[in-house]
Amino acid sequence: MKRLFTPVLMFTLSLAAGPAAFAHDYSAGDLQIDHPWSRATPMVAPVAGGYLKITNTGAESDTFLGGSSPIAKAVEVHESTLQDGVARMRPLTAGVTIKPGETVELAPGATHLMFIKPTKVFKEGEKVEATLRFEKAGEIKVEFAVQGMGAKQPAENEDHQGHGATP
Amino acid sequence: MTSIYSRRALFRSAIAALLVGGLVSGALVLANMAETEPTGGIGGPFELTSHRGEAVSDRSLRGRPYLAFFGFTHCPDICPTTLFELTDLMKELGPQADAFNALLISVDPERDTQNLLSLYMEAFDPRIIAVRGTRKQTDQALSAFRATAKRVDTEGGSYTMDHTAGIFLMDADGRFQGMLDMHEPRETRLKKLRNLAEVGGA
Repeated sequence: MKRLFTPVLMFTLSLAAGPAAFAHDYSAGDLQIDHPWSRATPMVAPVAGGYLKITNTGAESDTFLGGSSPIAKAVEVHESTLQDGVARMRPLTAGVTIKPGETVELAPGATHLMFIKPTKVFKEGEKVEATLRFEKAGEIKVEFAVQGMGAKQPAENEDHQGHGATP
Repeated sequence: MTSIYSRRALFRSAIAALLVGGLVSGALVLANMAETEPTGGIGGPFELTSHRGEAVSDRSLRGRPYLAFFGFTHCPDICPTTLFELTDLMKELGPQADAFNALLISVDPERDTQNLLSLYMEAFDPRIIAVRGTRKQTDQALSAFRATAKRVDTEGGSYTMDHTAGIFLMDADGRFQGMLDMHEPRETRLKKLRNLAEVGGA
């Protein structure tokens, strides 16, 4: 039954649910998208990160290919690694595969989305629009919640972000 | 039954064993030091320019401890995170953090112009200085810290930089004291920075 949902239908549903969805979750076909978030950027930052969780509830693999945003030149999937003291980052041009039943998390210091050449500064508390693109589930419009510059995980799971406060 | 002679022999061989053991373990310690210190020889000359336009060199930094790390603005993850966390730690240290200099050395001077860096650095503790140079000066700075940076071309004519990620802690004489790792517990990082501020060591 789920298979019958077309990306277009889900897109429309998610748009309808958009403003009311305080939990900040979305779905596209068999994919659940949990809390897209980003971090405040320094002025003139040529790039900004984007993070989210994608769960595949269907029976087939899908591939996350990145997306687009009205306020960035491109939105790409990148991977950061730290090995032998050297930090590296690579675009994952083939995207990220999400197997059936699997949850893939895009997070700081790991696989993440990169907003390239954002046309505005990402400010804490604001939302950034983007459209995510999947090989099978198609496109889905989401909003990235901008958190503090040093945030390490989504605010929903972490409400005691360190800002220099001594425990 | 053990004779006096053999007891002596035993004693001698015990001493010999201790000596040999000592030598061996000493040698092992040395070998180990050599192995675990790929950062040896850090602290050569470099000449760069700060985002405020001031000349910054290994010589101009003498007289005050400093920390330095490599990064670039087209890096969405580790560089702004390091800068932010450093800002946070320096805020907690307060005036104590005045006792050391803090440098972000750009590994991407082609894109990180002085103007871009000066706007970028406004997001962080004003005591952190971003420095850049020509490609040659940048390579010299990398070599001074035994650090690496490599340009990697990506699709669409863009590129990224692989680079050494840790923070180098240097004393007031420009001698390497140790590394600060942003993955260490916060208390450890604060302790290292306090130590750097107080005695110039890590």
